[in-house]
Amino acid sequence: MNILSANNIVKRYASHTALNDVSIDIPRESVFGLLGPNGAGKTSFIRIINQITGPDSGELFFEGEKLEQKHVELIGYLPEERGLYKKMAVGEQALYLAQLKGMSSIDARKKLKYWFEKFEIAAWWNKKVEELSKGMQQKVQFIVTVLHEPKLLILDEPFSGFDPINANIIKNEILHLKKQGSTILFSTHNMGSVEELCDNIALIHKSKKILDGSVKDIRKQYKTNTYELEFTGNMMGFTNAMWTGAELLEHTTDGEQNKARVRLLGKTTSNDLLQAIIPVAQIQMFKEIVPSMNDIFIKVVGDESALGTQSNFTE
Amino acid sequence: MNKILLIIKREYLSRVKKKSFIIMTILGPILMAGIMVVPIWLSMHKSEIQNIEVIDDSGLIKDLIPAKDIIHFDYPPVTLDEATAHFYDTHYDGILWIPKNIFQDGKVVKIFYKKQLGIGTEEYIGTTIGKMMYDIILAKNKVDLNVIKDAETNSQFKVITEMLEETGKTKKTNTGLFMAIGLAGGILIYMFVFLYGVQVMRGVMEEKTSRIVEVILSSVKPFQLMMGKIIGVAFVGLTQFLLWVILTTSLYSLASATVLKDIDIKQIQQKEQVIKVGADLKYTEMKKIEKPNMVTEIWNDFKSVDMLTIFFSFLFYFLAGYLMYSALFAAVGSAVDSEADTQQFMMPITIPLILSFVVAQTIIENPESQMAFWFSIIPLTSPIVMMVRLPFGVPAWELALSMSLLVLGFIFTTWLAARIYRTGILMYGKKVTWRELGKWLFYKG
Repeated sequence: MNILSANNIVKRYASHTALNDVSIDIPRESVFGLLGPNGAGKTSFIRIINQITGPDSGELFFEGEKLEQKHVELIGYLPEERGLYKKMAVGEQALYLAQLKGMSSIDARKKLKYWFEKFEIAAWWNKKVEELSKGMQQKVQFIVTVLHEPKLLILDEPFSGFDPINANIIKNEILHLKKQGSTILFSTHNMGSVEELCDNIALIHKSKKILDGSVKDIRKQYKTNTYELEFTGNMMGFTNAMWTGAELLEHTTDGEQNKARVRLLGKTTSNDLLQAIIPVAQIQMFKEIVPSMNDIFIKVVGDESALGTQSNFTE
Repeated sequence: MNKILLIIKREYLSRVKKKSFIIMTILGPILMAGIMVVPIWLSMHKSEIQNIEVIDDSGLIKDLIPAKDIIHFDYPPVTLDEATAHFYDTHYDGILWIPKNIFQDGKVVKIFYKKQLGIGTEEYIGTTIGKMMYDIILAKNKVDLNVIKDAETNSQFKVITEMLEETGKTKKTNTGLFMAIGLAGGILIYMFVFLYGVQVMRGVMEEKTSRIVEVILSSVKPFQLMMGKIIGVAFVGLTQFLLWVILTTSLYSLASATVLKDIDIKQIQQKEQVIKVGADLKYTEMKKIEKPNMVTEIWNDFKSVDMLTIFFSFLFYFLAGYLMYSALFAAVGSAVDSEADTQQFMMPITIPLILSFVVAQTIIENPESQMAFWFSIIPLTSPIVMMVRLPFGVPAWELALSMSLLVLGFIFTTWLAARIYRTGILMYGKKVTWRELGKWLFYKG
C-alpha cells in the first residue's frame, strides 16, 4: 500500500505552471527520491503534500484517506531553505516546534533530551540559535523534523550545508528511520546519495513527471548493452572475433594488456560475445556497465530539453 | 485552536522577556511620573537669590519695586558711576538703572550684570516698571487709580458651560478637560497602533527572512500563524499599557509621599497678586486675591464626564483599531524581503492614521461638525477620531454604527491580509508590485 498517492496534480501560478498533471505514488517504508533540475516543480510538489499550498486540481491520499489538515502531524518536513528564530533559545524553540506538531510538552521534552544527547548538543539547550554554527543549527532542525516520529518524512536537499561527517550521521539516521517503519521522501541533486539510499524515484522536469519507478528497474531500463573487458592478447584478433556481433566503443592498449568497451549489437548476448573472444584473448575482467543515476538524469533531462527546444522551434 | 494558543503564547513570551520591553516598561512610567513631578518639584525649589541694586535717577520709583521670590531690590544712595566702578566689590548680581527722563529718553531702563540674570528676571523688571509707570501717568492726569484697579478685578468673568438636555436637566461641562481626555485617548491609540503594528510587521518579516516560516506552515495554517502573532502582540501592548498605568500611579504616589511630602498643595495653586496703590502712589496697601483651587476644580469637572463609557469605548477602539491595522501591517511584512522595501506599501496604511491624527486636532474645536461625524464613522479613521469626540458626548446610534463598521472593517482587512500573507510569506527574491499583490488575492489556497 502507498503511504501517499498524488493523482493528476496541477498547480499554476500567474505566469507559469509549476506542476502539470503530476501523479506520484510513494510506497510505504521505502526511501523515495524526488529528482529534477532547479525550478522543475519539486518544491511546489513538496509544499502541496505539506498542505502549505493547495493544488489547483488533482487529489492526494495519505494512507488511502483524502489528505487533510489532521495529517500534518504524521508528516515531518525539513525544507531546503531552512531557518530558526535567531533570538530564541534552542531548547525552547525545539519544544515549541514539536508542540506545533501536536506533541505534548512532557513527551516532547523527553524525546528532545534523547535526541540532543544522541547528537551531542545537549549543552546548547539554553543557547540562542544565533550563537550556534550552521551545522549545529542543521542538527537542531533535523531533530525537530523527526522528533514526532512522522510516518512520512520529507527532506528537501537534506545534505546541503552539512560537512561529510554530519552528512553521514544524517544518512545513517535516514536508513535507521526507514528500518523503524518511516517512509522518507527526499529531494536532491546529489545522485550518489540517490543510488545509495533510494528504493524508488520520480524525475520531474519542466513541471512534468518524465520518469518514475524503482531505482533498480530504471537503471536496468537504461542499460545500453555495454560491457567492459580487460584481456591480454592481440587487439586485431579481438576485433575480428567480435565480427558483427558487437561494436568497439573505445580501447586502450598497454603492450599485451588491453582494455575495451564494447556495445552488443542485434541479438548478441554476453555469452555469445564471450564465446567468440575466448579463443583469441585471455580475459581478466568482464563486466556489464550499468548507467549511474547521474548519467540517466543527464540523459533524460538533456533529451527532454532538446525536444523542448525543437518543439518551440517548429511552433 | 490549541495551536493558535501556542503561537500566541510564544509571540507574547518572546516579546515580554526581551530586554527592550522591560526597559521601555520601566522607563515609560519614570518619564511620565517625571513629567508630572519635576515641574512641581522645580517650582518648589528655590534657586539662588538675586540681589539687584537700583539706581533711580528719575526719583519716581521711590524704593517701591515689589520683591518677588528670588529677586531682591536694594536702593543704596550711590550714583551710577560709583555703582558701576565698584560693581565687582559688592555682592550685587545686577544694577538696575532708571534714567532721569525715563518718559522721554527712548523709554529704556538698563540692567548691568555679572552673570546672566535670566529671562524671568528681565521680564519681571520690565512689566513691573511698566505697570508702575502706567499708574504714574494716570495719577498725573488726576485719574482715581483705585477705580481702575477695582474695575480690572471686578470685570474678570469665568465662562461656565452647561449642556441643557431635552429633559430639562443640565450638565456642567468643561471643554478644556474634554479636549484633554479626548486627545489623550486619541494619541494613545495612535501610538499603540503604530508601535505594535510595526512590531507585527517586523515579526512577520523575521519569520520570512529566517525561513522558519516554511517549517511552521507545515504544522499550522498561514491564517493561524498570522492571527496568533497579531493577538500575541496585542497582549504585549495591553500588558505594557497596564504596567504603565500601575507603575505610573504607584511612582507618582510614592513621589508625593516622599519628595513632595512637605509641599502644601495650596502652594502649587496659582496665585495672582493684584497690587492696590494709594492715590499718592505709595504702594503700601497690597491685597492678594486668590483664585480657587485648580485641582479641586478639575476633579469636580471630571465627574461631569461619563468616564465608564469612555473607558470601555477606549478599550474597544484600542483593540479593534489595532487589529484592523496590524492585519495590514502583517500583509506588508509578508510581501517584502527587507525593511527597505516596506516603504511603498506602508504609505497607504500610514496615511489614514496620520490623517485621522491631523483631523482630530481640527475636530476638537468643533466636535459635532459634519467632518467629525464622517471621520468617526469610517473604520480607518474612527478609532482615533471617535476617541476625540467621545468626551463631548456622542449619540448612542453613532457610537454603535461606528463600532459595528469598525468590526466589519477589521474582518475585511484581516481577510484581505490573510490572502496576501499566505502567498507573500513563501515568495522570495521577487520585487513585489501593487499589481502582483492584487493577483495574490485571487490565488487558490
